[in-house]
Amino acid sequence: MAATSATLGTAARDAASVKSRRLPRVTGRDLRALGARVIPPLVVLAAFLLFWEVACSRPTAGLPPPSRVLSEAWPIISDPFFDNGGTDKGLFWHILASLQRVALGFALAVVAGVMLGTLVGQSEWAMRGLDPVFQVLRTIPPLAWLPLSLAAFRDGQPSAIFVIFITSIWPIIINTAVGIRNIPQDYRNVAAVIRLNPLEFFWKIMLPSAAPYIFTGLRIGVGLSWLAIVAAEMLIGGVGIGFFIWDAWNSSHISEIIVALVYVGVIGFILDRLVAAAGSLVTRGTSAA
Amino acid sequence: MAQAHLDLSQVGISFTRGGKTTEVLRDVNLKLDRGEFVSIIGHSGCGKSTVLNIVAGLLKASTGCVLLDGKEVSAPGPERAVVFQNHSLLPWLTVRENVALAVDKVLAGKKSRAERAAWVEHNLALVNMVHAAEKRPNEISGGMKQRVGIARALAMEPTVLLMDEPFGALDALTRAHLQDQLMEIQLRLRNTVIMITHDVDEAVLLSDRIVMMTNGPSATIGEILPVPLARPRRRLELVEDQTYVHCRAEVLEFLYARHARPALAA
Repeated sequence: MAATSATLGTAARDAASVKSRRLPRVTGRDLRALGARVIPPLVVLAAFLLFWEVACSRPTAGLPPPSRVLSEAWPIISDPFFDNGGTDKGLFWHILASLQRVALGFALAVVAGVMLGTLVGQSEWAMRGLDPVFQVLRTIPPLAWLPLSLAAFRDGQPSAIFVIFITSIWPIIINTAVGIRNIPQDYRNVAAVIRLNPLEFFWKIMLPSAAPYIFTGLRIGVGLSWLAIVAAEMLIGGVGIGFFIWDAWNSSHISEIIVALVYVGVIGFILDRLVAAAGSLVTRGTSAA
Repeated sequence: MAQAHLDLSQVGISFTRGGKTTEVLRDVNLKLDRGEFVSIIGHSGCGKSTVLNIVAGLLKASTGCVLLDGKEVSAPGPERAVVFQNHSLLPWLTVRENVALAVDKVLAGKKSRAERAAWVEHNLALVNMVHAAEKRPNEISGGMKQRVGIARALAMEPTVLLMDEPFGALDALTRAHLQDQLMEIQLRLRNTVIMITHDVDEAVLLSDRIVMMTNGPSATIGEILPVPLARPRRRLELVEDQTYVHCRAEVLEFLYARHARPALAA
């Protein structure tokens, strides 16, 4: 009897503790974990802004302190969507134009890069022939391609897109080739036994198996293309964040440049994270194989 | 005499690496009847997996040939489905998708979409894996992976099932469990099976005949031992069975007395 009630008591207590553990979704530990992640970057940012404010507070300083950046550039911060025609547009439109160029150039690079990478990874002869060429071409700085592409296309827009393409394609090719070369023999054996044709083998075995490598290449590629677009746009003009920065420099709007740089950094960070997120979504399970 | 179902005649293979040619197998002769379960046993490095890979078509024999129902084997194919040693499931597909990939490719012309889906379920049920059909290979145990590998191979409706040390990487209890399941399935489906193993008990328990290989290089079949035990076989009853004990002793004698691993004998 005593034993039964004791058991019941324990059971009830267990149930109660389970309930109390389940009810509050956010516990103190969660908050502390969140704080541990969020507080250090905030502290560093605050310290940096304070240092900047102090360092640039003299009237003779070359750069404006953060407080003056905020007040001077307030019109473009508060309204990124204005459009006065021509190149006199809000930051949103400039960034959108740059992103469109990157999207197009990068998309072309992904398709061509994965295909060339597959070729190089799959065929010993293609690798011997193409690899030295790739190794030389990939060291050419993105902007060095611009005059050549301007000569070929005779227009700024396709030239900028070509620069993005040629900048981001090399890491995609190289990583895809490594991924293809690292497909385990087991997977090839399975494909051979069920007699997948080359196209099925490409879609069902090669791409998923090489996906972790390919996405590493894509991440590097998207970062490089964002680096290249700003420089390319400074030279080709038109609407775009690179042109906006160059234009602000020519008009001595240093505060606007600083605001634009913050945007460029944040967008680049977001692009990187987007590709990384797409990668971890697609390669679910593969990396843990 | 009627033509053998699977016929290996004078099969040999040599590999050339860095200008040096090594003969791995020579003069392998083996005939299998339909529905026969044959194990190949030998020390590691004796080329038993090579024999299996030649039958599978994954390796090309340098000499001799393999005939399946009178036709020469030259490339891999689903009528000679393989259960790989390390399961070889595709990690980005679920258990069901792994089996379905093979079924959809191999039986595309023979069965409708609905029939294929049902066939996938049927084969998963055969190895008791329906409950984990949505899981990915890295979420299930080694024994479960091997069961899925067997389901995938069986689902191809092979004429010959080739198993390359299917239970080698498993712990003893899981291995015994899977051996029992395999015997049960074999009793129902009557597949022709070639199984590579290094486990004497496994060979005697499962096989109709045991092929014992000599040590490499230039390994070949040393002896073929019939296992005249009635089926269904139960492992507990067999422990004391005279025939079982005798067969086991024969294999052990071959492996450790007459053909001890050279490195160990030295």
